[in-house]
Amino acid sequence: MSDGMFGPKGTGDTSGYGGLVAKAATAGSSERPYGGYFDEVTDNLERAYPEFSDAIERVVIDRGELTLHIKAKKLVEVAFILRDVLKFEMCMGVSGVHYPEQIGRELHAVYPLLSMTKNQRIRLEVSVADTHPHIPSVVEVWAGNNWHERETFDMFGIIFDGHPGLTRILMPDDWKGHPQRKDYALGGIPVEYKGATTPPPNDRRSYK
Amino acid sequence: MGLEEKIPSGFVLTTVEKLAGYMRKNSLWPATFGLACCAIEMMAVGSAAKYDIARFGGEVFRASPRQADLMIVAGRVSNKMAPVLRQIYDQMSAPKWVIAMGACASSGGMFNNYAIVQGVDHVVPVDIYLPGCPPRPEMLLDAILKLHEQINNEKIGPNRAQIIKEVELAAMNAKPNHQMKGLLA
Amino acid sequence: MTTFDPYAPSRETTEGKVFSVTGGDWDSLVQEIGATKEERVVVNMGPQHPSTHGVLRLVLELEGETITEVRCGIGYLHTGIEKNIEFRNWTQGTTFVTRMDYLSPLHNETAYCLAVEKLLGITNDVPERASVIRVMMMELNRISSHMVALGTGALELGAMGPMFFAFRDRETVLEIFEMITGLRMNMAYVRPGGVQQDLPDGAYTKIREGVKLMRKNFKDNATLLIGNSIWMKRTQGIGYLDLAGCTTLGITGPVLRSTGMPWDLRKVQPYCGYENYNFDVVTADTCDVYGRFLIRMNELEQSLRIVEQCVDKLEKLHGAPVMVADKKIAWPAQLALGGDGLGNSLDHIREIMGTSMESLIHHFKLVTEGFRVPAGQAYAAIESPRGELGASIVSDGGTRPYRVHFREPSFNNLQATPAMSEGGMVADIVAAVASIDPVMGGVDR
Repeated sequence: MSDGMFGPKGTGDTSGYGGLVAKAATAGSSERPYGGYFDEVTDNLERAYPEFSDAIERVVIDRGELTLHIKAKKLVEVAFILRDVLKFEMCMGVSGVHYPEQIGRELHAVYPLLSMTKNQRIRLEVSVADTHPHIPSVVEVWAGNNWHERETFDMFGIIFDGHPGLTRILMPDDWKGHPQRKDYALGGIPVEYKGATTPPPNDRRSYK
Repeated sequence: MGLEEKIPSGFVLTTVEKLAGYMRKNSLWPATFGLACCAIEMMAVGSAAKYDIARFGGEVFRASPRQADLMIVAGRVSNKMAPVLRQIYDQMSAPKWVIAMGACASSGGMFNNYAIVQGVDHVVPVDIYLPGCPPRPEMLLDAILKLHEQINNEKIGPNRAQIIKEVELAAMNAKPNHQMKGLLA
Repeated sequence: MTTFDPYAPSRETTEGKVFSVTGGDWDSLVQEIGATKEERVVVNMGPQHPSTHGVLRLVLELEGETITEVRCGIGYLHTGIEKNIEFRNWTQGTTFVTRMDYLSPLHNETAYCLAVEKLLGITNDVPERASVIRVMMMELNRISSHMVALGTGALELGAMGPMFFAFRDRETVLEIFEMITGLRMNMAYVRPGGVQQDLPDGAYTKIREGVKLMRKNFKDNATLLIGNSIWMKRTQGIGYLDLAGCTTLGITGPVLRSTGMPWDLRKVQPYCGYENYNFDVVTADTCDVYGRFLIRMNELEQSLRIVEQCVDKLEKLHGAPVMVADKKIAWPAQLALGGDGLGNSLDHIREIMGTSMESLIHHFKLVTEGFRVPAGQAYAAIESPRGELGASIVSDGGTRPYRVHFREPSFNNLQATPAMSEGGMVADIVAAVASIDPVMGGVDR
């Protein structure tokens, strides 16, 4: 999206004021004991799912929330176990995030889960590469994810295998491109004032 | 529009214009085109007792565009909705007027991005632009009243053709905003 | 490419004949459809429709009056808010997020701010007065949102009177909002760290009077609709969705509580100090439109209770700060009414220009660059009038959000439309959608 000296680089800050750039470190794995109900959840999952260490790439405890990073091909198995054995009946949808600097794992899909019987919340995260953005669909496990997966496909280009009808949902059906990716320009027209115009973010001079 | 259009300009036409304008403005029926937040303020104008639009003759918000005179585009128009907006406008029968209610309808508002049409005048011709995010119900009533004045003084027949020509010429020769100099230059 | 004529009666497409109903042509339409020997007709309740709550497109496949299949078309209000926020400050994100679910703007703002505060780690540093103000504003917003839901729901089913009563009561709430925040809707009042400004003088009396007036006025709508045999015939047994359906579709809010499940995030996972208030979770066990209607009517009374308790608390906490103490995060909104309107108070300007260098630096950095939020992701969920509103926010350590995603309740709730209406009649789909109470701004974002 950034064209040489124009357009936002990395962050959306085009003001030129944020000169000091700190490199964001990606969260590493957390150590046991996790605290709260997170130990119980991971123990139950390990007990119910023998291939736990094969499927779970990382367990991250950050800001009071448990995130399980799962391999894409094991997602549906883990989802069934989480729903049936650990009673996470509700999935709060799929949210996609695009990290263009993490080569090989650019597209992440985040599934917040809620257990009403136990009043617990955890998060699943799946990462796939840009070159092969396929994640198995969890519509059979939680039917409410139908539209969420369509939206993530529409906005990020992640293809959910096994989805009953993966089409665009928010953009017009013949739209090209996936708008919420970082390499898709925000768009917009220059704002006109008397005597000058302010260009949209991707046409602004980048001061980094 | 019929017989009135054929009257040659002169005293008779001006009287007919006054009568037609008076009648049209006093029973201006809006079409429901509420999209987003501005639609809620438009509903308040229609139904809340404080900002009653019925006293101006416009209480009946017609759902069918065939029966409506005024389209109040209330809210942000996305790229997916633009063809629908144009179709509804086309289905309204002349004479028809459009109020672009709110900043998003007038110019794209705070959403200067890929998804929103930057100003509903890219899609339909607009008579009154009403700023605000959302505009207060009194502002909408003020816009409707200004439109009433405009309708009252609207010309028909050959007078109208002349005005249209003048307006077009002025618009073609107008300086774009970013070339104007403002007060200091 | 053939030009589309909006006045044409029918045209051939790849899916068969498509008829445009233009008015006054019922006879010819029926003749033409009769000639095609089709039992099922696909009808488009298009994005512009008086009875679909906003720009929702319902494609109905009808066999006579019975719906065999219904599909929702959404996206007509997609604004790209989430991507737009990535180019704005953390504080400016509030102004965008407010316009998603435009009937409950304060709930959107609070969900966003709770997630940002979680990322900043200042959840416990938000002053108590700010939390109480947030709770009070959210409950008032719940009242105004339910009023629109009841009014428009009744209007869509043909009852015109409740709409007038509902909007009259909504005006009471909007006047209170205007006095406190300056705007009736889309106020951008809740900021990360607290609220924008404190309550003005006279707010307590105005709120108390408003509560008394609303208690009296709510009876008008109640007498009109509760027990009304026409209303009950149109809403009882309609739009049935039981607990299993709700959990698999991820549905929360009044629809879930109409199945009998007392799941209210204000009680089970309290935020903003909700555990300190006395109120009941309203449920119904009929799983139908009437149950949801009763739930919304009763939630109004519970919200009034909470507002009264909030005003009592606020009077005790008078003078306490409403913004977090850390000056590197607190937006410098010391506003005062001057000769030319509301602007930076002269005391504040005197302080930053004259006495304190740090204040000037903080003000400058906050306004131009914004504060930095440590990297990570957080999910904060609150109970909005429609269900669980979750903000999933990712930060890369910078001054701009990296990714903001809102889990809107209406997005999930609308997926229940086929489950609720297939097999029923066309007239009932209007009731079912009205009981879900979707706000398309939230669905499409």
